[in-house]
Amino acid sequence: MEYFIQQLVNGITLGSIYGLIAIGYTMVYGIIGMINFAHGDIFMIGAFVALISFIIFGLTGVALPIILLLVLIIAMLFTACYGWTVEKLAYKPLRGSFRLAPLISALGMSIVLQNYVQVAQGARVKPMQPLISGGLEFFKNSEFVVTVSYLQIFIVILTIILMGIFTYLITKTDLGRAQRACEQDRTMTALLGINVDRTISITFIIGSSLASVAGMMFVLYYGVIDFYIGFLAGIKAFTAAVLGGIGSLPGAMLGGLLIGLIETFWAGYVSLEYKDVAAFSVLIVVLIFFPTGFLGKPDIEKV
Amino acid sequence: MEKKDIIQSFKDSLFTGLIALALFGPIVGLRTASKGEGLFITTQWGLVFLLVGLCILGRFLINLNSARKTEITFFSKLTSKFSAITEDKAKHFAITAILFAAVFPFLPFTDRYFMDVAIMILTYIMLGWGLNIVVGLAGLLDLGYVAFYAVGAYSYALIATTFGWSFWICLPLAGLFAAFFGILLGFPVLRLRGDYLAIVTLGFGEIIRIILINWYEVTNGPDGITGIPRPSFFGLPFKRSPDEGETSFHLFFNLEYSTMHRIIFLYYLILVLALITNYFTLKIRKLPVGRAWEALREDEIACKSLGVNPTNTKLTAFAIGAMFGGFAGSFFATRQAFISPESFTFIESAIIVAIVVLGGMGSQTGVVLASIFLIGITEMFRDLEQYRMIAFGGAMVLIMVFKPKGILANRKPTILMHGDKK
Repeated sequence: MEYFIQQLVNGITLGSIYGLIAIGYTMVYGIIGMINFAHGDIFMIGAFVALISFIIFGLTGVALPIILLLVLIIAMLFTACYGWTVEKLAYKPLRGSFRLAPLISALGMSIVLQNYVQVAQGARVKPMQPLISGGLEFFKNSEFVVTVSYLQIFIVILTIILMGIFTYLITKTDLGRAQRACEQDRTMTALLGINVDRTISITFIIGSSLASVAGMMFVLYYGVIDFYIGFLAGIKAFTAAVLGGIGSLPGAMLGGLLIGLIETFWAGYVSLEYKDVAAFSVLIVVLIFFPTGFLGKPDIEKV
Repeated sequence: MEKKDIIQSFKDSLFTGLIALALFGPIVGLRTASKGEGLFITTQWGLVFLLVGLCILGRFLINLNSARKTEITFFSKLTSKFSAITEDKAKHFAITAILFAAVFPFLPFTDRYFMDVAIMILTYIMLGWGLNIVVGLAGLLDLGYVAFYAVGAYSYALIATTFGWSFWICLPLAGLFAAFFGILLGFPVLRLRGDYLAIVTLGFGEIIRIILINWYEVTNGPDGITGIPRPSFFGLPFKRSPDEGETSFHLFFNLEYSTMHRIIFLYYLILVLALITNYFTLKIRKLPVGRAWEALREDEIACKSLGVNPTNTKLTAFAIGAMFGGFAGSFFATRQAFISPESFTFIESAIIVAIVVLGGMGSQTGVVLASIFLIGITEMFRDLEQYRMIAFGGAMVLIMVFKPKGILANRKPTILMHGDKK
């Protein structure tokens, strides 16, 4: 039982990270109908920017909460630039091209970003000392002590705050309305005087910023990153987006949580080596049996 | 051009520079390096300013150019001319290329290195042709093609090392295994839409790789399988001193012993395998199933309403493509005599897909050109190992942006109803 609760806590933390990445996939898919294959690598770049800023601020000796806030803002800003540029360079010229063209272009972009970081930052893994240590302990009298670290609490609370802000943005503001309109009908939205190009750019910026927050959490949580983390994390987050119903924002978060839980429980109870197989199998099973996911709208193909 | 335009494009370039600074500043400018336990930062601002300067200059030149509206037309003119030439003379090109390939090992300048590169290019051509059936003809984007390559290589290696059967028995078996895996994967997933299918096949490729790494009892895990038997010339091994009761190749033909014999044999082996793939594809395109593939690629709903079963049709394409991948895999295993999961990463799939897409999906000649181009270029820049993948990914993006249909776009139906009317 205690072991189960510990896995649950770990799963929720991991799920928050996946959920934040999954939002980027689901938003882009909703608005331009393509799988942004390079999104995982945007997350990786966010993790690197966060790592670099942690090292720089670590030298200044500022208080920890201020460092966290500064790193968060910096990572979001710089990573958003990457998202914006990738969209402008690789996807915008391909709107209206045949369906697989943007996917292949995204694949190329993903290879470019990975190898660019490998060249610029070196291929070796980058370790970082834990910044937030300690935690709360439960069930102290039993055999297995459940530990909820402050870091896990921080990750989950930050995710909840960001989700709150984000939901407000999408449901209540003009920007969100414009985005939802673009999802439904881009031509009609343009006729109504909304700058569609700008709305799509902003979608990429928001998606990348959230991915960079996930990247920062990843650095803090695992303490080790390399240029290759984006690939697996990206695939899992995409699975999460599909599981929750691609195009649906609450779905992305729910899917992220589920994937995080499945992965931790699989690693905890079944087999550690095959934990990535679990994520991929879930992806295949979900796509075959519920292609629309849990909260997605059915997709009707028209002639 | 007016002065206003110049000022405008200058401002635009400066904005580009600002973005470039934000992009390159942290990632290029602040390099993390390990020192003992922790990390520290080394700066390389000179490089950042160089990159930013290049971006500003490049953007400015593009702006000036696009004001004159010649930017893209020049590029497309060049490529359309290129494709016009090769499209017209495809037949002549094919015959010349095959003749050249046939005499290549005996040309005066051909040495060991050239032969190795040529064998590698031919392997990719074969993989490209195999995948072309799936991607080019049937229009299914398969990002996990390397899985079948791996299944072929491992089944060849396991059968050959366990039972000691000859190459010519193991080769078809490996192909069959790969085709079987193709059906196994294809059956559930082929009803999925294009981009979902791409991701699922990618996942399948990764699953196969993870299993190869972790299933230690059978695959020997990350250490791979060693001592895979080399191929023999119809029973005559390429050995300096053959075992008792055996005659080796150079003794049988009364030749001086040379390691090149085996290399040349391997070269012809892969050449023949590739040409078989090509011949098969060209023939099957004209059969009902081949036509169904092309029809399915163009319009699935129309196909369904005409009574073509999309799942079965796709399944045949998938299985046949997988089979050729398996053949190529067994060739790879016998050539290397050693295989490990490291040879079957996602990037291999990406390279094969890039070859097919770059060549122009469905074009057999395009695959040849793209393989020579991509593998040749990356071989030339062998010393710049890290940069070649950046160039490779960049080329994928650029080709999609400027020529989404590839170098030789060939979406013309293979057979027309009323003869050759155009």
